[in-house]
Amino acid sequence: MHEWALAEALISTVTKVLKSERLGKILEIGVGIGELQDIDLEIFKFALMQLRPDYLKDAEFKFKIVKTRLRCRVCGHEWSPRKDELDEGVREAIHFIPEISHAYLRCPRCGSIDFDIIEGRGVWLEYVKGKR
Amino acid sequence: MLRGSGERDLPIGWRDDVMSSELKDVRLSVIDERIKNVKNVIAVSSGKGGVGKSLVASALSLTLARRGYRVGLFDLDLTSPSTHIILDVGKSRPIEDRGIVPPRIHGISYMSITYYSEDKPTPLRGVDFSNALIELMAITRWGDLDFLIVDMPPGISDATLDIIRLIKRSKFLIVTTPSKLAFETVKKLIKLLSDLRVEIIGIVENMKIKESDFIKSNADKLGVKYLGGIEFDEGLEDALGDVEKFSKTEFFREVWRMAGELLRALASGAQ
Repeated sequence: MHEWALAEALISTVTKVLKSERLGKILEIGVGIGELQDIDLEIFKFALMQLRPDYLKDAEFKFKIVKTRLRCRVCGHEWSPRKDELDEGVREAIHFIPEISHAYLRCPRCGSIDFDIIEGRGVWLEYVKGKR
Repeated sequence: MLRGSGERDLPIGWRDDVMSSELKDVRLSVIDERIKNVKNVIAVSSGKGGVGKSLVASALSLTLARRGYRVGLFDLDLTSPSTHIILDVGKSRPIEDRGIVPPRIHGISYMSITYYSEDKPTPLRGVDFSNALIELMAITRWGDLDFLIVDMPPGISDATLDIIRLIKRSKFLIVTTPSKLAFETVKKLIKLLSDLRVEIIGIVENMKIKESDFIKSNADKLGVKYLGGIEFDEGLEDALGDVEKFSKTEFFREVWRMAGELLRALASGAQ
């Protein structure tokens, strides 16, 4: 149900853009979704449909899924963790707080816990298209 | 922001490479919403580790809850959390409901990263620390509270700066020991908060082992209210994890008294 909180955050942010730029209509909303957070896209879309106010009724949401990319700070190895390698409890913990991955993931080459999340965390607003 | 066209009938676009980070990061816009029904946010903080912040934050939360206030305790010491041990949160879990709703522990709405890290070491560099903190703040639904007590990590780095940035009405309660070493770092915290015009509601001197007015006189010089000294309590260690025992300690009684002072100060400040 975390998807609902993120959908609410997205709607709230788009509303800020609408107000700050004095838009009459929003046509398209680009949303980035990091794979690490393991968002259920169907629930997320449903939440957006349920939460969107009237002024977003005609807006189209476009989603871009970004693959997780981690880089080890010790040996420089880059990798993408496979979801099926993690047990459900760990996946759920990372779903809520992607940085929890630092408690569970290790560099597959050198075993270090010291890595950076290069890409693929969270949900973000890519772009908004609208009319005044 | 990029304006694609000034024409009224053409789409106007905003791209991520020109969008402000505040708008790109959708989580930031709901943090205010999550705490809109929280009357007071008190960050229990110190420049130094090991001075008793988590104990003060836990005891303060309990004393306020027992006085009938609606209280939340948010453990933001993400890499070294400890309030879950002090309060023995057991097998409680947050409820998932359009975000997460903190469980009630001893009359307190309680949230900690340990619900997800399961006490595993969670090393976080600066940006990861900030991201975890923002994520927790964006998804935790606190509901109606009189007080949200935030147990801060030591120092004046990411957590302090993020709390000041994201919860602009936060008030700080500072904890120190009688040590000059502890107070040296506390002075830097006080200076930072003063420079940023953040309200400091008082300073608590913990683990006093002899009579000295070093902390009080320095607090007076810096214009910070000295809430009192708590003598080193030998019985405290045995009370950790047992809230009934904890609430019978000298330490707890002193925090109860200080909470009364804080309530009076907040009431007079609100007038």
